[in-house]
Amino acid sequence: MTPPVENLDRIAAELRGEVIGLSHRAKTPHLGSSLSCLDLLAVLYWEFLRIDPEKPGAPDRDRFILSKGHAAPALYAALGRRGFFSPQLLADYAKDGAALAEQPAPDCAPGVEWATGSLGHGLSVGIGMALAARIQKRSYRTVVLLSDGECNEGSVWEAAMFGAAQKLGSLTVLVDYNKWQATGRSEEVMALAPLRDKWEAFGWESYEVDGHDLAEIRAALACAELPDRTKPLAIVAHTVKGRGVSFMEDDNNWHYRIPNAEELAAARKELGLE
Amino acid sequence: MRNAFADEITKLAQEREDIVLLSGDIGNRLFDKFKEVAPGRFFNCGVAEANMVGVAAGMAASGLRPVCYTIASFLTYRVIEQIRLDLGYHHQRVILVGTGAGLSYASLGSTHHSVEDMGMLRLIPGLAVLAPGDEMELRPALRAALDYPGPVYIRIGKKGEPVVHEHEPRVAIGKATRLREGKDAWILALGNTLPLAMDAAEKLAGTGVHCGVASMGSLKPLDTELLAELFASSKVVATVEEHSVLGGLGTAVSEWVAVNRVSAKADLVTFGTPDEFLHATTHQPSAREWAGLTSHNIAKQLASALA
Repeated sequence: MTPPVENLDRIAAELRGEVIGLSHRAKTPHLGSSLSCLDLLAVLYWEFLRIDPEKPGAPDRDRFILSKGHAAPALYAALGRRGFFSPQLLADYAKDGAALAEQPAPDCAPGVEWATGSLGHGLSVGIGMALAARIQKRSYRTVVLLSDGECNEGSVWEAAMFGAAQKLGSLTVLVDYNKWQATGRSEEVMALAPLRDKWEAFGWESYEVDGHDLAEIRAALACAELPDRTKPLAIVAHTVKGRGVSFMEDDNNWHYRIPNAEELAAARKELGLE
Repeated sequence: MRNAFADEITKLAQEREDIVLLSGDIGNRLFDKFKEVAPGRFFNCGVAEANMVGVAAGMAASGLRPVCYTIASFLTYRVIEQIRLDLGYHHQRVILVGTGAGLSYASLGSTHHSVEDMGMLRLIPGLAVLAPGDEMELRPALRAALDYPGPVYIRIGKKGEPVVHEHEPRVAIGKATRLREGKDAWILALGNTLPLAMDAAEKLAGTGVHCGVASMGSLKPLDTELLAELFASSKVVATVEEHSVLGGLGTAVSEWVAVNRVSAKADLVTFGTPDEFLHATTHQPSAREWAGLTSHNIAKQLASALA
């Protein structure tokens, strides 16, 4: 990891402003889900991932898969800010014919590693990439971000068992544990808790962090850099859906609601962007 | 056929370092040689087929050429979304090899029958759907699949099927293989029904009917050039498959005939499994009888269509 970026909290606030603006302009949903994982993306894209916006296809680049594809605006905002593509791509987000759709398409833009949107695919694909690194003797790491609702999918747990069996120390999973899925509490729809224990039981080295505390996220990700790892790493990040805007926080209506002009302005003000 | 697959993929893995073999916890000892010649490139992915195909997609995206192997019914039905999105939508060069084609595992019941797989997979854009007629045809089909610029499904039999080809034929994806020429009728055989088609043609020859046989080793893309020729030049064309009459070769040819009805003069007769589950205890020969997939029935129906 690179040394902590001093103003990363400010960058995260600006990314939140970008994401809310994208939702407002393009009238696209899933805002709460984008806001809950933004601090995780900030640490990944500014400090953890070994990536070069100038060489988005470099064979040794770290791989990141946003398996919860409905948070694509958060990924786009991070990639855009890191210089993977021109601001025009973000400006055209979700318009007819645009490169960046509501959920990412294959090869839609530099830096987007996989098209997601149907939950439960990303971890298997990430394991394939991590195994390819082993076979091809490459040093890249693979990181997959899952949602808690996504952990309903049986394929996630097939992948979890396989990743542990393969002793994939180069693989890290982050779970954006915002306690909501589309239509209910993720604790109630399925018996998700205790989520960290589940990963532990599946053979993963696992930690729980406050998913909005940059220092805690850094500390957990630092474990991925220890040498001779023989277990994949699972970081269960406790997050708040809609984080950063008081009237969106933990209100699941913002899974589908679109902010109007007043709400956009109020949100930007709260984020200290006005 | 599966032994020929194991042998051929092992040979190819010796030549190419990018080949990786993933198995869904089957093929005990079948791949011992592969593991020996390609250490670190064999993965038993367990009884978790959806994960296996997703893993293969990630490997392909990283420049490897993964081949996934398990029983056809398990490789396709539950994995259809991974096949559609991670392979089809992403256009990843993964080869899926489903063993126990059609009614090969008849005695194990409908859980093990793969008679809807070809129809399902034929719907996925960019995915080639192959069914070689015997082990001689399987080897070049596997090599052609490795050269194909997209995902490929190859449906193969089990072990001990009759070998029809005398020599290894030339196989190209999108092309049928002609085994026997005919003037009056043609039988288009899909995969492991090729021996039945050859027997039926032989029976018809005994009654003075000139019946040709082609192995439709490539269901998709379909050899429409051959269809155009046969439907213009013969009186009856039959399709034979260990697959439902819905969705497979019979359907694909029917669709072609419907669109090309002006030039398609010959009558079409389709043979396949009926649109129902097989509940009786059977073995492959008795299951084939249930479906009318016998050389006797095929010859009889063709003779009456010609009469």
